[in-house]
Amino acid sequence: MAIGHVLLGILERGPAHGYDLKRTHDERFPSAKPLAFGQVYAGLAKLASDGLVEVAETQQEGGPERTTYAITPAGVETLESWLAAMESAGPYPADELVRKTITSLLRGADTTAFLQRQRATHLAVMRELVASQADVTNAAASIAIDHSISHLDADLRWLETAAERVAADRTRTA
Amino acid sequence: MNEDRMDEVLLDSQSVHKSFGRTEALRGASLSVAAGEVVAVTGPSGSGKSTLLLCAAGVLRPESGRVTYAGQDLDELGEAERSRLRRRDFGLVLQFGQLVPEMSAVQNVALPLLLDRHDKASSFTAARGWLERLDALDLADARPGEMSGGESQRIAIARALVSGPRVIFADEPTGALDTVNSERVLQVLLEVSRETSASLVLVTHDNRVAAVADREVILRDGSNELRVGA
Repeated sequence: MAIGHVLLGILERGPAHGYDLKRTHDERFPSAKPLAFGQVYAGLAKLASDGLVEVAETQQEGGPERTTYAITPAGVETLESWLAAMESAGPYPADELVRKTITSLLRGADTTAFLQRQRATHLAVMRELVASQADVTNAAASIAIDHSISHLDADLRWLETAAERVAADRTRTA
Repeated sequence: MNEDRMDEVLLDSQSVHKSFGRTEALRGASLSVAAGEVVAVTGPSGSGKSTLLLCAAGVLRPESGRVTYAGQDLDELGEAERSRLRRRDFGLVLQFGQLVPEMSAVQNVALPLLLDRHDKASSFTAARGWLERLDALDLADARPGEMSGGESQRIAIARALVSGPRVIFADEPTGALDTVNSERVLQVLLEVSRETSASLVLVTHDNRVAAVADREVILRDGSNELRVGA
């Protein structure tokens, strides 16, 4: 549940209500589709029923009721497990990879270690694909493998650039 | 690679420093290669990959650090001994082939043997054998200017292999080639490494090339990348 995890990542910085969560999500992921309020509230309801967030405060000042949510210890644990788990290297891991990297970076976590481990995971799959490419003898199979290799290669290049940017950012802010 | 050869370090470069003018290309980089092992040296542009390869191959002398081959410290060797080592035990493949333009393909391939005072007939027989092995015998009389990038690179590989090296150093061997020619060149290098138990050191920024290696050594800013949280 990527949206739920992203909401947990935002809530870990402090309690927030639905509108704040939507705004922060859209700021964090400008290339993603803006989050609909319905998605935010459905996500919060699911997180609350799972015990990962709880109501911190309810206010009503002349307008509609506003509920502020806070992350629970179980929510922090779930967030950490999500960030620690390696993404599958295929077939379309990029969105989750980007979400996880940015959330990790903004959380002040060790993004370099994450990027290094993810590179190793991707390269292991690349190794299998390159080996299988050497074994196939027909163009159709080669082309299918080329497609997977090319997508993986694009991800690997993105991971390398991200590592460079994280290192440069660390030097700048040190 | 064969598991029982894993512990036998053939080539060892430790804490190597090398500068060009004010530019520090290597700042304590290290590279150990076992006999028969295939190692990819990767890292961003300017991280010192090629310089480390040239130091390990005895082409460049580092300012500090230690480079040994089969237990022999290369710094203790004179220029003539280093040249002999490079001709006999090392094979070097560079990105653009670096063939002698005035010589034919077969003359280029025979050159290391002729320089090592092998007789002409056996040198040319060996050169033709390698051209045949690399599916390039029809290019024997062509000059580098008459060949495509992929063809030149196959001749350069034949030249690097003709002396029966124990270590093949390849600096971006597929950097100037399209995907299909890259695969072909890489396949030959791997096959020869496997057949002759030669170690293979591949400097590359191509993930497809890095993926064929037994092990990856990543450089950043002239040093080995710190593996954090591993």
